Formats: sequence, structure tokens, C-alpha cells
Amino acid sequence: MGNFSLKVENFINIFIHQNGYTRVLEGLRNTLIIAVVGLIIGILIGTVIATVRVIPKYKLLPRILNGICGFYVSMFRGTPIVVQLLVFYYVLLPLMGMRVSGLQVSVLVFGLNSGAYISEIMRSGILSVDTGQMEAGRAVGLGYWTTMLRIVIPQAVKNILPTLGNEFITLVKETSVVSFVGTADLYLAFNLIGSNSYEFMVPYLVMAIIYILLVLIISLGIKIMERSLRKSDRRN
Amino acid sequence: MIDVINLQKSFGDVQVLKGIDVQIDKGDIMCIIGPSGSGKSTFLRCLNCMEDPTGGQIIFHGVDITDFKVNINIHRRKMGMVFQHFNLFNNKTVIQNIMLAPVFVQCQDLKNAKRTNARITFLNLFKKADKKQSLVPITTSKAQIKKEAHQNALSLLKRIGLEDKADVYPSTLSGGQKQRVAIIRALAMNPEVILFDEPTSALDPEMVGEVLDLMKALAKEGMTMIIVTHEMGFAREVANRVLFIDEGQILESGSPAEFFGNPKNPRLKEFLSKVL
Ligand SMILES: Nc1ncnc2c1ncn2[C@@H]1O[C@H](COP(=O)(O)OP(=O)(O)OP(=O)(O)O)[C@@H](O)[C@H]1O
Ligand SMILES: [Mg+2]
Repeated sequence: MGNFSLKVENFINIFIHQNGYTRVLEGLRNTLIIAVVGLIIGILIGTVIATVRVIPKYKLLPRILNGICGFYVSMFRGTPIVVQLLVFYYVLLPLMGMRVSGLQVSVLVFGLNSGAYISEIMRSGILSVDTGQMEAGRAVGLGYWTTMLRIVIPQAVKNILPTLGNEFITLVKETSVVSFVGTADLYLAFNLIGSNSYEFMVPYLVMAIIYILLVLIISLGIKIMERSLRKSDRRN
Repeated sequence: MIDVINLQKSFGDVQVLKGIDVQIDKGDIMCIIGPSGSGKSTFLRCLNCMEDPTGGQIIFHGVDITDFKVNINIHRRKMGMVFQHFNLFNNKTVIQNIMLAPVFVQCQDLKNAKRTNARITFLNLFKKADKKQSLVPITTSKAQIKKEAHQNALSLLKRIGLEDKADVYPSTLSGGQKQRVAIIRALAMNPEVILFDEPTSALDPEMVGEVLDLMKALAKEGMTMIIVTHEMGFAREVANRVLFIDEGQILESGSPAEFFGNPKNPRLKEFLSKVL
């Protein structure tokens, strides 16, 4: 036990007096940027894909678009996110002649990846909205897209908010792999602290606690949001 | 006003409407009755192309609206529709439900007019003074449109005695209230005809009356209405024409007096003996 308190002292020393905390803060910031911006991109992409996939498919164009979206979704759901990160960072973007930072690639890949997952969530959300809502919109002379945007999607989003919250938690946890492309995240920060002291027990323990706290805080936020939404169902 | 010519509709291999011919004039109150599954809803939904007919024509003011090239949204503005399950927009308050389409449609027209004017102004730059095209007159603004729609919605709500419900969400209304709001939502577009698909079938018995009363009032004002219903009393009292549809065909049609008093088709006789 004396050994452990020595390790803790050691960690605190590096964390506070040797500026370890700045690295941790930077990692935390990057983690949150990737998760939040990734989620926003994901929601945008996911909504577009989901909408395309529920369009009636009488005509050729919707069918082609549907095929493309289907391919996109199966690509991003069918490969590990680490592989996607590596492919974008070392293969695709260099081939396209673009040089971007690890953080930018991470945001991009997390956005594209969550777009694929969110499109499925959003699709089930759209399908859960009573078809009568679309019919009523069309019957008063609104177009398909107008009705979709103003009537159906807002209701779909409300239905899937809890699931979107879970997707956000998943994103936060998955950011722990972005160091594969050199992005300074929480893992890299604590790994560095560990390397400096040749001691990993306490750093990784603290890292785990930070992840747990993050997830707890987000879950709490989701609960509060759900409760206020449920209230608005019965507002007078 | 509406000419239905040899209207047909199939779902896959199943032919639901087998050639329907009927003419609807301004001011007509036409009730459609028939057994379950006979194609009444399908017929009604074909009239505003909620279902695309697979054959025949629907001529509305001289335009065949079954043609894919016509912009159906424009024509639907003039054909209101009331559903069995109300279908009020759940994410909008009562007054937003009523205002949404009128405001949207008028703002769209306004935007188009402005765009046209911008184009004309631009082209005029290159024209001689005597050849300049004049602008489309714009007499309204977005704020004006919203204000008028709001006033109109409020007076419609007042008419059905629900002005105190303007800002609540539909989920808090009773069935009868929902259906009456749905009817004035259709009215807010100033339609020339309103299609009703079993407007009282999903209501508790004590609420049927209030909805039928509103429909009667509309009928008195001369609104053209096409009503699929199981309310024989209502059909007899309010309609000027009654249609009997069975297996996708009109088997009998006539004034309520002869239709109910002296039915000729054996299937209609049988049907009436069951429901009356
Ligand atoms: N979207 C659809 N796809 C396939 N079949 C359909 C569809 N809509 C209706 N049908 C079929 O068409 C037939 C007529 O249906 P419709 O809803 O028009 O009957 P209805 O006269 O309105 O009956 P009800 O009094 O029960 O409302 C039924 O056999 C029904 O199964
Ligand atoms: Mg029906």
C-alpha cells in the first residue's frame, strides 16, 4: 500500500508540477471536439441518408441515391473505426493530395462514421412517425421535402433523442483510438505521463475515472433532456 | 368541377377500382357508402392523387391532375382533406396546425414573385426604354401574410368555440376537438372542395354530433364536399347525391330520397338492410 501512495505522489508531481495537466486538458479538449463535432456532422449526414432511404423508389434517381447511401452505410458500419482512421490518414487523403492534421482527420472520420450509424437510427425514427403526418402535409399542398423537414423529421428527432444520446456516449468512448493517427487525446496524455515516470498504474486509473465521469455527466444530461421533453408532451 | 373518367387503381395485381365515372359539381354534397374493403377510401384518395390512379382521368378545372407533369401540390391547395384519424401535426400547436400551410404557400408565392421581379429588373437593364417589361405587383409581405393567417386562424377557431385552445398541442384535445380542428385546418386554405374519409369513425359516440354539426354548417354555406361515411342518417339529411360503391364499382347513385327510399341494386338492398 505504501508503494501505491508513492505512485500517487509521483503522479501528482508530474500532473501538477511538470505540467502534466496541460496535456490532459488538451486531450480532454480534443476528445470533446471530436465527439461533439463528429456527432453534429453525423446528424447532418445521417438525416440526409435516412431521408434518401425512405423516399418512395418509383423513379430512377432515388434508386441510384439509395444505392449509394446503402453502400456508404455498409462501408462505415462494416469496418473498424481504427481502420477508417488509418485509411483516411495514410491512404485516401494523401492520394487526394491533402495534408491535414490528425485532429482534423479524426473529426472527419468520426463524423462520417457516426453518420452511417445515425442514418439507421434516424431511419427508424422517421418510420416511427405515423404515415398520416406525411399524408396530412401533402393533402394541404405542401411538397414531400417541406413536409419531411417541417413535420416528420422534427417528430423523428424527438423520438430518437435518447438513442442519439447513446450514440454520443459511444463516440466519446471511441475517441480513445485517435492516437493511432497522432491526435493528442486523453490516452496519449496519460500514456506520456506514464512514460515519464515509468509507471502506468495511476495514470491509467485516473484516465478510466475521467472517462467514467464524462459518460456519467452526459447520461445525466440526456436524462434531464428526456424529462423536459416528456413534460412538453403534456404541455397545455 | 371534378370529372372522374374511367378511374382505375390497382395495388400490384389486385384491381381495387374498376372504372369509376362520376361528375362532381360546385356545391355538391356527395356521400359515398359501401361495404368495408370496397374501395371507398381508395377512390377518395385518388381524387387528390394521394394514391396515383393506374388508369383513367381526373379532370379538375379542365386539368387532368393524374398527369405526372402537373404540379399536384398547386391543385391540392384547392382540395382539402379530412382523415379518419385526424392527422393533426403533433409537433405544432393548434393554431400552427391551421396557419402552417396558408403561410407557407403564400410565402412561397411571394418568393417566386420576388424572384421573377429580380429577373425582369436584370433583363430590363439590357432593353431599350420602350421595351422594358413591367414588374409583377407585390402587395404583401411576409409579416403581413403571417398576421392575416393568424387572424383568419383565430376566427376559424372562434367559429368552433376553441379559441382558448389555440396554443395547446393536439395531444391534449379530445377526438371531437381534434377532428373539428382538422376540418378548419382544411378550411384555412379556402379550398373549393373538401374530401372526408370517415370523419367520425374514430370518435366516441358522444363526439360524433359536434363534428357532423360542423359539416352540416359547411354544407349550408355551399361548400362542395365528398364524404365517405357510415352515418346513414347524415347522408340522408345532408347529401344531395349518394353513391354506393362495391368491389370497386359504382353500383347505384341518386338523390338520398330514391337511394334510401327505393334502392334498386340487390347488393345495395342487402347492404342497407344490414346497416339501417
Ligand atoms: N396501399 C395499399 N396496398 C395494397 N392494397 C391496398 C392498399 N390500400 C388499400 N388496399 C386494398 O384495397 C381494397 C380497398 O381498400 P379501401 O381502403 O379503399 O376500402 P374501403 O372501402 O375504404 O374500406 P373501409 O370501409 O374498411 O375503410 C382493400 O382490399 C385493401 O386491402
Ligand atoms: Mg376506408
